Amino acid sequence: MPEYLVRLAQIHETFRKAELHALAELAGVELEIVKYDDDSPYCIVHLPSDAAAKQVASRAMLIQGIYELWGQGSTYDEFRSNVTETSSTKWPTYQTSTFSFRIERYRGVQAPAEQTRAIIESFQFLGFKGKVQIKNPEASFRIFEEYDLDAKEPKYLYLGRWIADSGRDAKNTYDLKKRHYISTTSMDAELALLTANIAQAAPGKIFYDPFMGTGGFPLACAHYGAVVTGSDIDGRSIRGLGGSARRGQTGKKNVEMNFQQYGLEGNYLGGFVSDLTNTPLRLPSSHGVTTETDFAYLDGIVCDPPYGIREGLKVLGSRETLLPTERATHAAQYRTEGYIPPKRPYSFTALLDDILTFAVSTLVPNGRLSMWMPTANDEDVELIIPQHPCLELTSVCVQAFNKWSRRLLTYRRKRASEIPEGALEEMAKRAYETGTRASDLNDFRRKYFQGFREFEDMKKEFIRMKVGAGVKQEEARAEADQIQEAKVSAAEKAELAKKEVEARTKDAEAAAVKAEELNERFNAEART
Amino acid sequence: MKLLTLNFLTCAIKTCKTNASSFPLHPRDAELEIQEADVNLPFLKNILPRLMWEELRTICKELGLPDLPPTPPTPTDLISGGNSTDTTEGRTQAEQEPSQTAKDLHRVLLETCIQEGKLVCGCCGHEYAVKEGVANFLLPGHLV
Repeated sequence: MPEYLVRLAQIHETFRKAELHALAELAGVELEIVKYDDDSPYCIVHLPSDAAAKQVASRAMLIQGIYELWGQGSTYDEFRSNVTETSSTKWPTYQTSTFSFRIERYRGVQAPAEQTRAIIESFQFLGFKGKVQIKNPEASFRIFEEYDLDAKEPKYLYLGRWIADSGRDAKNTYDLKKRHYISTTSMDAELALLTANIAQAAPGKIFYDPFMGTGGFPLACAHYGAVVTGSDIDGRSIRGLGGSARRGQTGKKNVEMNFQQYGLEGNYLGGFVSDLTNTPLRLPSSHGVTTETDFAYLDGIVCDPPYGIREGLKVLGSRETLLPTERATHAAQYRTEGYIPPKRPYSFTALLDDILTFAVSTLVPNGRLSMWMPTANDEDVELIIPQHPCLELTSVCVQAFNKWSRRLLTYRRKRASEIPEGALEEMAKRAYETGTRASDLNDFRRKYFQGFREFEDMKKEFIRMKVGAGVKQEEARAEADQIQEAKVSAAEKAELAKKEVEARTKDAEAAAVKAEELNERFNAEART
Repeated sequence: MKLLTLNFLTCAIKTCKTNASSFPLHPRDAELEIQEADVNLPFLKNILPRLMWEELRTICKELGLPDLPPTPPTPTDLISGGNSTDTTEGRTQAEQEPSQTAKDLHRVLLETCIQEGKLVCGCCGHEYAVKEGVANFLLPGHLV
């Protein structure tokens, strides 16, 4: 298969391969990544044809352009001979075309014009006789020089014939700064569009966002042609009664108007107010349909569930079980204007599992679930990715922040034939955090507000004290790290010790119970 | 909310969900509005097999909309000239013209919206209010 050079955007590196694969699969073309490095914007792939290359690139967010690879090398001599080797059969095709020739330097400095000219002229051996034309040429070529940071000489070179640009411009069109109606937790446009790409939103499909807020994800999916709907537990964000989060903006704005802003209102089915744990959407159990997949109707679910930090994590219900009198009050008053149903905090891990269960019931085979999930950087992250026997994890992309990161998890709904027998029965009811306060229920929230601050603060304080006492800063830091490690292992030891004590207490209790029994029996026997 | 959504919505009360009469929800005192949109043929084709046709007909009857045919249309019914199968096979998606059936279906599913009114569960009789085109499915404290 022919080789193509993908010029990637040097941002959100862990999302790039996931997007490439998702788009290739959506376009129904075979794609094989030959050369890829997170530190480089150049990636070489195998694709069946120019048309396929164009199809993959045209709506990508993290691609800037796609080129037919005409040669590569680490020095100019090697590069030029490789160009002859790779592409000499293609030269005659472009012999009389109008053409342009440019150089792109990644991480390099701008070279003087005469040097650039000399490089371009050294490619005269391609034998092009057509006119040079910068605007709209019939064939456009580009030399890519890749440098190491602060290096004088390029470390690698590519020559490519331009095939297509990408859909990256959409991130400017959908920029949150220009959107009429947003909220404090609206997802950045680039990442929302990227999510829609990885979830394979496309014409003819129907997508749903159970935590829509002001509709950022549905909007991104609608941009790619999907028909969308969404819901949120807070009706004000959909109807727009709460006002816009944009400073100085007055007047009514709502989700519908966001769709109108981009001319996508035809793709918007409308939103509704609901809670995922008491969803009104039809589920297979509601009609006694046994073959789940016959019943499914969603092509994709995209969401950024509330983490319980900036946006509270609540579901319907009360913190304490309602007393009969309270229930009577609710029953009597729920029809009155301004009645607000009670809500209670909910466990984050339980919510993630609820999303998976919901996705399994509603997604068509091969449908996608893409959801964002936060995590503290110091945890062993791989362990806590939620799993379901009917869902296959297709990609994990990470956006790292300072002390925490969030990940985009994408799952594929398996076909009925792919699901191992008995797997569903094993999904026994899992144990979740219990409690009535938000922090008891949400590990991440707790860590966010104390956890990953605690250690850092202590470490800083320690270093400051040591430096004050005349110790070199680096030594102090090393020592602080050691103490931190020691503290962690001490915590582990304490945990073990606690467990042992618990186990012993249990033994002792069991022994006491047994003794009691024996005693009783003995007494009874003595009486007879 | 566009009428297609009603084909996916049941009563939110868990004990109701297992009862067949909780679907579809019955519109009451509904104010309808038409929001014109281009016919989305690929979408209609895709969604057609996922529709609960009988329930859709019920809703249309209750809203006083023109009757839908008793059996769901086939994918070829959606393309104009769809009966002559030899020509449709060769044509690409972009060239296909929607038939009158497709236009009617599009009108009902994707252009007719409920702006105000109530959706009532056929099982428990609980009413869900629709305001400004947004239905509220939050359950009061005593029903969760």
